[in-house]
Amino acid sequence: MNTMSRAVVCDGNEAAAWAVKLARPDVVAVYPITPQSSLVENLAQFIATGELDAELMTVEGEHSVLSALQGACLAGARTYTATSGPGLAFMFEPYVRTPGLRLPMVASLVNRDMLSPQCVWGGQQDVMTVRDAGWIQIFCESAQEVLDTVIMAYRIAEHRSVMLPVNVNHDGNYLSYGVSRVEIPDQQRVDAFLGAKNVNWHAALDPARPMAVDPLTGGADAAGAARFVAYRQSLCRGMHNALEVITDVHAAWADAFGRDYAPLVEEYRLDDAEIALVTIGSMSGAAKDAADAARITGSRVGVIRVKTFRPFPVAALARAAAKVQALGVVDRAVSYGWNCGPVFQEVLSALYPSGRRIPVLSFIGGLAGADLTEAHFARVIERTHQALAAPAAPFLVPPVWINASEEGTPG
Amino acid sequence: MYEIRIHGRGGQGAVLASAILAQAFVDDGQFAVAIPSFGFERRGAPVSACLRVDRREIRALTNIYHPDCVICIDPSLPRMVDIFAGIKPGGTLIQASARRPEAIAHPADLATLGLCDAVAIALAIFGRPITNAVMLGAFARATGLVSLDALSGALGKAEFRDADLAQNQIALRRGHAETAVIALTPEFAS
Repeated sequence: MNTMSRAVVCDGNEAAAWAVKLARPDVVAVYPITPQSSLVENLAQFIATGELDAELMTVEGEHSVLSALQGACLAGARTYTATSGPGLAFMFEPYVRTPGLRLPMVASLVNRDMLSPQCVWGGQQDVMTVRDAGWIQIFCESAQEVLDTVIMAYRIAEHRSVMLPVNVNHDGNYLSYGVSRVEIPDQQRVDAFLGAKNVNWHAALDPARPMAVDPLTGGADAAGAARFVAYRQSLCRGMHNALEVITDVHAAWADAFGRDYAPLVEEYRLDDAEIALVTIGSMSGAAKDAADAARITGSRVGVIRVKTFRPFPVAALARAAAKVQALGVVDRAVSYGWNCGPVFQEVLSALYPSGRRIPVLSFIGGLAGADLTEAHFARVIERTHQALAAPAAPFLVPPVWINASEEGTPG
Repeated sequence: MYEIRIHGRGGQGAVLASAILAQAFVDDGQFAVAIPSFGFERRGAPVSACLRVDRREIRALTNIYHPDCVICIDPSLPRMVDIFAGIKPGGTLIQASARRPEAIAHPADLATLGLCDAVAIALAIFGRPITNAVMLGAFARATGLVSLDALSGALGKAEFRDADLAQNQIALRRGHAETAVIALTPEFAS
C-alpha cells in the first residue's frame, strides 16, 4: 500500500483516474469516447495490474454503463464512470433516473461540445444540456483540482443529507490532455477521509432486505400526486443540503491535505474590484492572468469562478457580485432560445433577489475546442468597463461571440 | 515564462515528447504545463504541442502563440507548416535535419539554431524515424534549460508504444551529443 503522498506529471484524465483509484470503487463500467478515452484506459490499467480492486464492466454503450451501475449501486457498490458529449446523450435515460433513485454515484464529464456540426473537441454544451437533470455539477480549473474533487465527490454524494449523484466536470482537451504536476495523496488518508461507504441504506437490491425499488408513483389521485411531489421535494432538499455539505467537505479536504479550494464560488482579487469576470472550468486560469495584467494598467478587475453549478450557489454568487459594479460572464456553451450563455442566465437569476441592476454582459467562447486566451479575456474586461461607463446601458443585450471571425485571431 | 512549441508528424511522438519534457522540467524544480494539439491525428499528419515553463505556478491552460523556442522533429515539415508562426525575436529553433546550417530557412531575427540529423540517428537505433527522444537531447544541448539527467529520468517514467526504454535512452544521449549549436550571425539570416 502506498503510504506516502507523491507527485506525478500527468494530464487531467490521468489525474481523474488516480482519484478513482484512491476512492476505491467496487464497480467501474465504461464505454470509451473522445476526449474521455485515456481516463478509462488508465483506470482499466489500474484494475488490470491489481492496483485497484474493482469489477471493470466494458459494456456495449453508455446506456448500459449507467444501467449496470444503477444495479451495482443498489446492491451496495461504490461506483464510477466517465463520459463525454454524445456518450452522455446516449446515457440520458438512466442518467435522469439516477437522482430520483438517490444513488450517490460519481461520474466524470470530460466536457465536449455537442453535435451537430460534427466535432470531437471540448465545450460545455454536454453538461449544460443536462443542468436540470438532478445531478450535482462541479467544475474544475486544474488537473490537481480534478484529482482532489473526484475524491471529494464521493463524500459529498454519499452524505446522508444529500444522496445524489455527482458529475465532476473537466474540460475536454485543455484540461483532459493538458499535462502538469499533480500531487497524489496518501491512500490511508484518503480512506480515512472518505470513511466507510453505505450507498444503499435507503433503497437496495438485497435478498436480506426485500423491497420494491422505484414502484409506479403519481397519477391523478390526491395521494399519488402528493407522494410524487414528496419525492421531488426530497430531491430539492438534497440539492439544498448539498450546498453546505460541499462547503464542509472542501474545508475538511483543506484540513486533511492542505489544498484549499473555494467550494461554491471562488473570489479572485475582488475586494477592491470595480468589475469582475465570471468564469467556469479550465478557462479560469487565463482569466486570472488577464485580470492581473489589466490591474497593472489601472483596471480594477477581479474574477468570480463558479465551481459548483448545481446546486446553483445563489447566495454566494450574489455576495461576490455585490462587491463589483459590472460583470462579464464567459460561457463555453449556448442556451438556445435565450441565445446567451447558461452561466450568464443563471447569474442574472441569482442577482434578481438582491434588487441590484448592474450591467451584466454575456460572452460565449471556447466552443468546439476553440482556445480562450488571456487576450480574449482582456477584451472581455475592456467591454465590461465600457458597459459600466455607458449611460443607461440596456439590461439584456446579445452575447459577444468571442471566437467569431470579426473578433480576429487571438494575440 | 519560457514557451516552447513542438512540431512533428503523427507517430513521431511530438505530444509524448512535450509530456516528457514537462516531467523533466518539474524534476528540475520548475513548473511546466504541456498542451497538445487536438484532433484525430493520423500517422504522418502534422501535429504540434505547446509547453510552458516558469519558476512559478502556471495557471493558463491555453495554446502558445508566441513561442521562445520551436522544436521541429521532422525534416520535411517546414515545407508545409509555418513552424515559425509568432516566434519571438531572438528565438531558438531546434531542427531535425541532415542539411547544413546555411540551408535551414529561418526568420532573420532568430538567435540560436540547434541542428541534429535526428532521422539518421533514429533509423540507426529504432529502424524507424521516431525522432522525439533524439530531439529532446538536441533541445537540452542547444538551450541548456533542462538537464540530461532530468530528461533521462523523465524517459524512465514514460510509456512507449513503439520502442523500449533502453533504445530511447540511447537516442536521448546521441541527440545531445550529435547536435550542432549555431549562434546565428547576419550571414546566416535568410
